[in-house]
Amino acid sequence: MSRVALVTGGSRGIGRAVALHLARSGHDVAVNYAANAAAADAVVDEITAVGGTAKAFRADVGDVEAVTTMFDAVAEDLGPVAVLVNNAGITRDDLLLRMSPEAWDEVLTTNLRSVYACTKKALRAMLRAKWGRIISVGSVSGISGNPGQANYAASKAGVIGFTKSVAREVGSRGITANVVAPGFIETDMTAELGSEVADAVVERITLGRLGRPEEVASAVGYLASDEASYITGQTIVVDGGMAL
Amino acid sequence: MERAEIESKLTDLLVDELGLERDNIAMEASFEEDLEVDSLGVVELLMALEDNFGVKIPDEEAEQIQTVGQAVDLVEAKINS
Repeated sequence: MSRVALVTGGSRGIGRAVALHLARSGHDVAVNYAANAAAADAVVDEITAVGGTAKAFRADVGDVEAVTTMFDAVAEDLGPVAVLVNNAGITRDDLLLRMSPEAWDEVLTTNLRSVYACTKKALRAMLRAKWGRIISVGSVSGISGNPGQANYAASKAGVIGFTKSVAREVGSRGITANVVAPGFIETDMTAELGSEVADAVVERITLGRLGRPEEVASAVGYLASDEASYITGQTIVVDGGMAL
Repeated sequence: MERAEIESKLTDLLVDELGLERDNIAMEASFEEDLEVDSLGVVELLMALEDNFGVKIPDEEAEQIQTVGQAVDLVEAKINS
């Protein structure tokens, strides 16, 4: 019996890489997406083309009711979620002095409220199974801060505090909760940086380059495995040695 | 469903799911004090009750449950409503 993994924001970027990685390691994958059905379907197709099992599930994960509906659908179609990857995330960058209440709320809702909503729903089945993996995507931004990202950094720092608390609550039931904090990774989110900024960023990275989504996915894959059974409440930073 | 049947099923659940000693399970027994079930355990028990009896127990009502007897009362009320 394959374990079921749910990846929020699994249609693009790091989420897509995570979905593909987990499928390769034998999971049935629920690919959640907010709007880009074509991209989500492409990920599902890529998985099923090589004999894997995957399905796309649309839901705005910042909406508690939509999350409930999605989890019910996943349980019905694939089975109870054993591995939850809270990856969905957006940016609405601006200096704090100019940051609108909407920009603040949207980022906190999509990036942190979603983690609360999805984890709460996932725990039910994990408690019953006495086995679970909750892996949330953080960011070096949430650890070290970043100008223009007070909202994003707050949401990602929040993911760390949330994870440690939940880890302590459910550890006795064989459920681990951890964070993977990427640095600058080659995705749509960093594609808009512009070459001057990108060059300046690369200067600060020990390994001298941006990361690939697959390099973040493999850290997630490790945490999802039985091998990582004694790791909980931790943050694995995958940033090429930027925030040392 | 008869109350006796609910009591019996609930006792089975407490033994099977939470590993409690059948002899310790009296209707007046408090989950946290007498049976030493931690708060997570009570949540798990209520989820098991929902699954086994096909009822829905909202969080606000779940919070009121302190003894085995109260759990039986709640399930009985839900089933018969």
